[in-house]
Amino acid sequence: MTKFRKTTLLGLTIALGVCASASAQMMINGAGATFPYPIYSKWFDEYAKVDPSVRFNYQSIGSGGGQKQILAQTVDFGASDGPMSDDNLAKAPGKILHIPTVAGADVVAYNVPGNPALKLDADTIAGIFLGQIKKWNDPKITALNPGVSLPDQEIVVVHRSDGSGTTYIWTDYLSKISSEWKQKVGTNTSVNWPTGIGGKGNEGVAGQIKQTPGALGYVELIYAVQNKMPYAEVKNSAGKFVKPTLESITAALATAEIPDDFRFSITNAPGPDAYPICGATWLLVYEQQKDPAKGKKLVEFLKWAAKDGEKMARDLQYAPLPDSLQQKVLKRIDEIKT
Amino acid sequence: MGVAASIAVEERSVQERMARPSRFGDKAFEWLTLAMALAVVVLIILIGWQLWIGSSVAIKKFGFHFLTTSTWDPVAEQFGALPFIYGTLVSSLIALVIAVPLGIATAAYLTELAPLWIRQPLASLIEMLAAIPSVILGLWGIFVMIPWLRDYPFPWLKRSFGWTPFFSGPIYGPCMFAGGIIIAVMILPIITSVSREILRGVPDLQREAAYGLGATRWEATRIAVLSYAKKGLFGAVILGLGRALGETMAVTMVIGNTPQIAVSLFKPGYTLASVLANEFTEATTDMYLQALFEVGLVLFGITILVNLLAQLLLRTIAAKSATRAVQ
Repeated sequence: MTKFRKTTLLGLTIALGVCASASAQMMINGAGATFPYPIYSKWFDEYAKVDPSVRFNYQSIGSGGGQKQILAQTVDFGASDGPMSDDNLAKAPGKILHIPTVAGADVVAYNVPGNPALKLDADTIAGIFLGQIKKWNDPKITALNPGVSLPDQEIVVVHRSDGSGTTYIWTDYLSKISSEWKQKVGTNTSVNWPTGIGGKGNEGVAGQIKQTPGALGYVELIYAVQNKMPYAEVKNSAGKFVKPTLESITAALATAEIPDDFRFSITNAPGPDAYPICGATWLLVYEQQKDPAKGKKLVEFLKWAAKDGEKMARDLQYAPLPDSLQQKVLKRIDEIKT
Repeated sequence: MGVAASIAVEERSVQERMARPSRFGDKAFEWLTLAMALAVVVLIILIGWQLWIGSSVAIKKFGFHFLTTSTWDPVAEQFGALPFIYGTLVSSLIALVIAVPLGIATAAYLTELAPLWIRQPLASLIEMLAAIPSVILGLWGIFVMIPWLRDYPFPWLKRSFGWTPFFSGPIYGPCMFAGGIIIAVMILPIITSVSREILRGVPDLQREAAYGLGATRWEATRIAVLSYAKKGLFGAVILGLGRALGETMAVTMVIGNTPQIAVSLFKPGYTLASVLANEFTEATTDMYLQALFEVGLVLFGITILVNLLAQLLLRTIAAKSATRAVQ
């Protein structure tokens, strides 16, 4: 069966390749994460002006699909909100490179009477999501927020019900700061939640928080900003309360430990200005490109994206990579063989 | 019921006539329609087979436990679908309890009681309900229906029926009951319009006979029309149920998506279709994907099973009324 499938896929790829080279314009296919889709489509649009001879076709089918398709070689590049696991990389027919592009943050949004500005730390967030802190006036929360009167009301925890990179970042953070979470729940795009109700998509979670008195949940920064929801300052590992902003996300990228293969996690980064709950998104490409002409075009695009594309990130509410990381990424792109 | 018997006789004679030497066109037409009908059967078998292949490893690993356990943990790769099966059945049941009386009553009003000029516009309006995309209904559910339910009907239900386990516990908003109501809204148009067609098909002779015997309007509708159309109305309900079992997007947005089996309808739940919609795109490991395929297989199986049961029930009803007619 798998053999049959592989040959069919190979056949399809070849057929697609023939189609692409037959027309004057080269078509580069990609698939994967939905989180960076707005900026990627902006890049493809802008890049058409830089190099009119290539066209991009990007299907935002989710990170899982992106990883599957790059493994099956049905696309020229994949995209994922979480780095690929060792298991999945071992299945690849060649070496797959992770190219980080932009980053985003999960914010703790809430709905309590009066919507005061709140401060939270790792212990309280983990306690709430483990179902151990049940009321808004729990001493752990009030101790962090002196002068704020919080009601004797149940906290309704809202989480994502669909598998997502947002959840991956969130659970990655919780696993790092709470050994109990790591052991009981763990890190994934979707987990077995100890408590709470699930909303579909960022808009679903944002909607449920807004509609439910006493709710607390996590959404991507942009959704909280757009919906004018209050969101908490979170104490980072340096002991400072930090508001999630594009600057504090980039700060986390700058101070996080970056391994050589770029499969990094920037949650709970050490810098004093770093917001602790953020994550990057990656493009996935083979180090050894099969089609030299196409590979060359892809490399040119990746370089353009790392240099010029990054400048468009802020407008679309994504955090760009810090300069130090950008240099490393450019070096990595140079290693792609065509 | 002599009518049915005479129809049967007529059908037989038509078939006999068909069996006699016929023209090529007739044969070709017969083969063509046969091929079309078979294509549907083949398609269903292929879908089932594909789901089976896609989930074979999970079936081997979890066996029967998949259907009887409640843990759904993608990190530890422990998968049990019982809460989803429960949620699918319960939410569909709630939807039927709400939509069937409403749909049939609407259909009866539209065919029997409503002034003539209002019938067509009203029927079109109801059919337009079916054209609303389910994601829109879901958003309406989050922003309009749930806040309203939470503030008015739910507290009343809790006050009045809180002593039963079905309406106890805290009210969050998104819950099994809300999911059932959304499904009811979605299956209402199909139940109403199919029922309406069936009631319109009831011969006027029936009504006239009832009135001739001195029946009131209510009696005529109940005995001569609804009872006569029982079988067809049942078919309308089955069509509605089929949609209810597979309804995905709107339910996902209001049901709360928590894999648990709770008696209280105010607690969040989860359905088979919802877990597929939620988790399929980001399932990165093989076993996870296999388990999701198995969820699809279970949903497929439940739909077929429920349909078969319904057919069986329909037969029993038909047999019963036939014996009554003979007596």
